[in-house]
Amino acid sequence: MRKLIDAPANQQTGDVIGKSQPHESAIRQVTGQARYVDDYVVPMGTYHAAVGLATDTRATLKGLDLEAVRQSPGVIDVITIDDIPGQRDIAPVFDGDPILVDGEIRFHGQPLFAVLADTHRHAQQAATKARVVSEPLPPCLSVSQAHEQQRFVRPLHRMERGDWQAGLESSQHIASAHLSIGGQEHMYLEGQVALAIPDEEDRLLIHTSSQHPSEVQKLVAEVLDVPLNKVVVDMRRMGGGFGGKETQAAQWACLAAVLARRNGRAVKLRLPRAQDMQATGKRHPFENGYTVGFDAQGLIQACHVDISGNCGISADLSDAIVDRAMFHADNGYYLGDCLVEGHRCQTNQVSHTAFRGFGGPQGMIMAEAMMDRIARTVQQDPLSVRKRNLYDADARSETHYGMPVGKPLLADLIEKLEHSSDYWQRREAITAFNQGSPVIKRGLALTPVKFGISFTAKHLNQAGALVHVYTDGSVQVNHGGTEMGQGLHTKIAQIAANELGIGTDGIEVTATRTDKVPNTSPTAASSGTDINGKAVQNACQQIRQRLAEFYAASVNGDADTVVFSQGRVQCNGKSTTFQDLVQQAYIGRVSLSASGFYKTPKIHYDRDTGKGRPFFYFAYGAACSEVQLDVLTGEYKVTRVDILHDVGNSINPAIDRGQIEGGFIQGMGWLTTEELRWNADGKLDSNNPATYKIPAIGDTPAIFNVDLYPRANDEDSIYHSKAVGEPPFMLAISVWCAIKDAIASTADYRHDPDLNTPATPEQVLWALKSLEEPS
Amino acid sequence: MISFTLNGKKQQVDADPAMPLLWALRDLLGLTGTKFGCGIAQCGACTVHLDGQAVRSCALPVSAISGKAITTIEGLNSDLGEALKAAWKAHNVPQCGYCQAGQLMNASAMLANNPNPSDAQIDANMQGNICRCGTYPRIKAALHDVIAQQPAEG
Repeated sequence: MRKLIDAPANQQTGDVIGKSQPHESAIRQVTGQARYVDDYVVPMGTYHAAVGLATDTRATLKGLDLEAVRQSPGVIDVITIDDIPGQRDIAPVFDGDPILVDGEIRFHGQPLFAVLADTHRHAQQAATKARVVSEPLPPCLSVSQAHEQQRFVRPLHRMERGDWQAGLESSQHIASAHLSIGGQEHMYLEGQVALAIPDEEDRLLIHTSSQHPSEVQKLVAEVLDVPLNKVVVDMRRMGGGFGGKETQAAQWACLAAVLARRNGRAVKLRLPRAQDMQATGKRHPFENGYTVGFDAQGLIQACHVDISGNCGISADLSDAIVDRAMFHADNGYYLGDCLVEGHRCQTNQVSHTAFRGFGGPQGMIMAEAMMDRIARTVQQDPLSVRKRNLYDADARSETHYGMPVGKPLLADLIEKLEHSSDYWQRREAITAFNQGSPVIKRGLALTPVKFGISFTAKHLNQAGALVHVYTDGSVQVNHGGTEMGQGLHTKIAQIAANELGIGTDGIEVTATRTDKVPNTSPTAASSGTDINGKAVQNACQQIRQRLAEFYAASVNGDADTVVFSQGRVQCNGKSTTFQDLVQQAYIGRVSLSASGFYKTPKIHYDRDTGKGRPFFYFAYGAACSEVQLDVLTGEYKVTRVDILHDVGNSINPAIDRGQIEGGFIQGMGWLTTEELRWNADGKLDSNNPATYKIPAIGDTPAIFNVDLYPRANDEDSIYHSKAVGEPPFMLAISVWCAIKDAIASTADYRHDPDLNTPATPEQVLWALKSLEEPS
Repeated sequence: MISFTLNGKKQQVDADPAMPLLWALRDLLGLTGTKFGCGIAQCGACTVHLDGQAVRSCALPVSAISGKAITTIEGLNSDLGEALKAAWKAHNVPQCGYCQAGQLMNASAMLANNPNPSDAQIDANMQGNICRCGTYPRIKAALHDVIAQQPAEG
């Protein structure tokens, strides 16, 4: 018989769900011990790779002279597309993303070749020495050019309800506007990195900073032309992802894998920051327009929202991203008879990709743009118009894609925030202040968020887990989600602890590994806890059931009455510790390991009709933001923010608040200071943190009140919580509206200014100037 | 050979004098708590102490540290350092955690120089350490906690 080790002292436990447990890596993160891929101790003889980037925006590649690269000090190997043994296209969904330039250079910064050297520095030096012979072709650099040239990465999609044209014609008022919406650089502080370690024969282990280990596994296998079972991908944590490591991490892992295979050595590929910013996709810039018809009270009768995403060179995830923009063009409002159209424009830019919100923000801002315009037209406070147009429980309760909204929570949520933020008193005070202040103007706005939760690609709404209980009572949890700072592993540990009735100190959540849980979905769409939490719960419940049956039999009790709590197990008046039961169960030959599975119920969407229920539920929130703006310089400051946000039953309030605060700040950056600048030739000029400004500590609002809306999710989500990763990002639209409110004050709130985003001081000055001219 | 003090102990490193201190720390000395973020001294992830002052190790050649004292996150063990780390945990500051070594090193240098900074001074001092997760409200709250714990100065 195997000797069992002594169980450790009783593990602390209690009610772990709903408690603000610290991030599972907090100690490691503040002592410098938390390891990211670049921190791993690498195998002896590890080589380093670098990539050479194209400096044409669009050109035919006539010649690529790599002799000087090969002769550069320390160089071991150089590869181009022709050296890829298997599949050359690493596109995630639709074709169009060659791993290296394949005949035509299609965007500035596209990787041309990869070089391997003995050191990182030698590889970087060598990568600059290629001679490229190319014949320029005319690039397409904007959405308008793409429309002129009819260049699209995917077909147009429409969502339509009723006779919207007749609705517009019969409306009392009509307003139209165009809005240019900037993209956004992810600027994860840990850049793209991969470490490929060759194993026996054609097996390979990959460490990557990726939100989608299963896709990295698949693409590495395809590029190497080996079955998926030869490749293991391991991902412990990312130093930020935000969507920028959903598809964009695979290329570097694939290149490292090819070089590792060719040379029989471990290979690390880490991008320098400027290359990272040039060669990886960003949040899609959008060019959107609306025409809205409304009555004298400001109630929408009909509208047409025309959405054009700048997808860059390939489809990547753009179909789903533009869809999500379309799904959110209503935000929380009933659009009446309407047409929402979404164009997927192709340009010669890096292929734009997932970023927190996934197109949702670029759609949702159109609804808020309409609200402001309607309010100024009918001369009412924008908040009154917003409240009037909210979905209700009667005739105005279904979205433009046919999904019932369910209980209209926003009215209540807004009302609570209206009071807690003193909206109306501050509105009066601000109006009075502005009348007496010619240079400094204050602006105020309260805007809601309604965000659909689920992947709109239905098959991705599944998750797996693998839970092991060891004979000392300690538990190892593996699941398909990845930890990028959002606290997923912390919440997962709480869920496992709760299901097994032990403390989180008895739970170890391991690195995400494709050999533990296969065929996983990306950690994206805010779904990490929802789907992986349910899968972990499912696995834990299987083990708990086995233990309960075993224990009940030993005490002549009923398995259904066994209680697991506080590290103890009770039944029929008897009790024992979890550890003792586990040891007895092992001796009794009970399996202490289980795999769990979950698929999200109820969801469906028909692309042919543009109707369905693509989301399991909606997450809600609202923010009230105040700004102070200098009309002479266009500079402004966000002085106060009040947020009320719906996370259902919070599994971990501290983590949820962190997501809300951080999401808001990131959204504020997108709408205010973060300006992507491509020059006339299509080169990204804003390619480092000196030329691309994300929010810093001084940009944080001095008054920043965040509260959770205390209401359980109506749907059967994990403990009736709600997803929190993305929805708070869009709370920052209140800042954009508050800036417009301050600008509008200069013309006595009679006009709603056009204000493109990001609303840099230059844009603010243009908007101020537009109100000076007689209209 | 460059001699200096690293986290309180004598250290020598055989490196190109132009090598950034960050690489000497990470690649030659195995201290990976200090992070590479941008490589151009604009993000603050690589912040360490040089004779008690916060510096960006990605842009500081090792030749500049000869005979001087370097402290990294692994050696941030002063009472102040421990208080900061505890406050960071208590306020759930780290999300992805990648910038936090730099945040802590910069914060500890700031408070060592000025135990009671105003909000404006905190903003000015911490402005160069960017955090993409947006943990700034937590950083401020944690700093206020530590500042309140400091013994009052005469």
